[in-house]
Amino acid sequence: MTTDISTAPILARLCVARPGFTLDVDLQLPGRGVTALFGPSGCGKTTCLRAIAGLERAQPGHVVVGGDTWQDDAHMIWRAPHERGLGYVFQEPSLFDHLSVRGNIDYGLQRTPVARRRVALEQAVELLGIDPLLGRRPAALSGGERQRVAMARALATSPRLLLMDEPLSALDSERKAEVLPYLQRLHRTLDIPVLYVSHAIDEVARLAGHMVLMREGRVRAQGHTEELIVRLDLPLAHGDTAAAVIDGTVLQHDAADHVTTVSFAQGLPPLQLVSPVAHTAGEAIRLRIQARDVSLALTAPTDTSILNILPATVMEVGDDSPGQRMVALNVGTTRLLARVTQRSAQALALAPGKAVFAQVKGIAIVN
Amino acid sequence: MPFSQADLAAIGLTLRLAGTTMVLLLVLCTPLAWWLAHTSSRWRGPVSAVVALPLVLPPTVIGFYLLVTLGPSGPLGQFMQWLGLPTLPFTFWGLVVGSLIYSLPFAVQPLQHAFEAIGQRPLEAAATLGAGPIDRFFTVALPLARPGFITAAILSFAHTVGEFGVVLMLGGNIPGVTRVVSVQIYDHVEALEYAHAHWLAGGMVLFSFAVLLGLSLASRRSGTLVQ
Repeated sequence: MTTDISTAPILARLCVARPGFTLDVDLQLPGRGVTALFGPSGCGKTTCLRAIAGLERAQPGHVVVGGDTWQDDAHMIWRAPHERGLGYVFQEPSLFDHLSVRGNIDYGLQRTPVARRRVALEQAVELLGIDPLLGRRPAALSGGERQRVAMARALATSPRLLLMDEPLSALDSERKAEVLPYLQRLHRTLDIPVLYVSHAIDEVARLAGHMVLMREGRVRAQGHTEELIVRLDLPLAHGDTAAAVIDGTVLQHDAADHVTTVSFAQGLPPLQLVSPVAHTAGEAIRLRIQARDVSLALTAPTDTSILNILPATVMEVGDDSPGQRMVALNVGTTRLLARVTQRSAQALALAPGKAVFAQVKGIAIVN
Repeated sequence: MPFSQADLAAIGLTLRLAGTTMVLLLVLCTPLAWWLAHTSSRWRGPVSAVVALPLVLPPTVIGFYLLVTLGPSGPLGQFMQWLGLPTLPFTFWGLVVGSLIYSLPFAVQPLQHAFEAIGQRPLEAAATLGAGPIDRFFTVALPLARPGFITAAILSFAHTVGEFGVVLMLGGNIPGVTRVVSVQIYDHVEALEYAHAHWLAGGMVLFSFAVLLGLSLASRRSGTLVQ
């Protein structure tokens, strides 16, 4: 075998037939980074994850992870979940109530062969900030703390693939904000591929480099997150939450005005955004620009309060909600979305190929 | 001395019978309760009903059929003889067999409810953490089902102590062998020895009350309801 184990793609061909529902997917996922399985409830995301874990049996199914075949019905190969070396974080934390937090984490660690251990207990504990909780019982923890313990427990087994089933959905927005930074840190620090089920696009935009868009048990599209979320033929690029994600590099941070300058493409003006946190030059940064925060002008506006004005070309104009149109723009090679009223779109005669200026009012830092 | 020599022998025999029955029931009923809690087989309904039968049948009916089956001309009795073993009626082990059946639902049902309450999720979590089926059972299912085991142990012990009809049918009234407390009380009353009967009967009332009180305290502490 010549493929590098750590980056070998993850293959999953799965069929699950149930009364009233059929899952039929063929996934080819990158062997590193975070991949999001995204779609409305009931589209089969969780079933997909459970079938990959072997908690549910796809028939037929073919699952290959890190060069290892976990299931191949054509060759009668089936490995039970406990023989797969995977990590699974359920929607509810599912901690063992009869064990302490430390006991929970040790449970998986003790069952991991020494030769396979790559994540030290201390590392998992440190990454998720649960050191002060180790001696406690799961019943004495808050929802956010429990989910962090569940993640540490899964990580401590040094999984070859970490499966996460909407780990934040059972938490309120405050708890979500508490756990999300840990998740991001985890993905950046450890080289473990993650399959992340979610129906919240902001989570996906923050965490996932790759995504699979599912609908009614089938794959509607799969590819890079930045590319999929701006495709007008897909539902993500519509409505209030439509946004583009841009990766850039910090050029400088002006502490007096709290303005961070970010370059995102050669030869184009850098983006300026207000950030309460100081960023250091050279830092990689991911930005999110919502379609409703981008307006268009035919001539470069002057005397405006808007900091970011970018020369752009209209690539596509699509329908959105009544009275609104969604415009896909190219700024250099970077894709942006702008939502404008139907009346403005007509007045400006927006059509593919038209040169415009995009005025960006709001930019959010994703990580 | 409120208790005669015969009374003490009856008390000792009752405790030995109840203890033996309790231990055997916990061992035998754990796999049965596990199966009932997890199976989707069409036999689940009929098996559940059979397990619950001793709850509604008169003890004399259970005792009668056991006597017929285990007796020298019954199928199991003949099998025992073929093996070169003594037949069970009118022996201590005959009483144990009767008590196992008489107290079966009191062990199976709390265990089954405990296993059902745990659900699949903790077992699935254990599987993803590298635990095989037997490992999962002993390290996750059993500890989480602990309140169910406590309830099953107490109820099956106490229910066996209160057994009368099955004993009389299957065991008769042999001092030191099959004469348990409930039979001893009956004997005292028959002989109009009300003072002796009072001591034993009052003791049973206190014992039963203590058991139920302990059970309710234990269930409150572990947060699980006793069914």
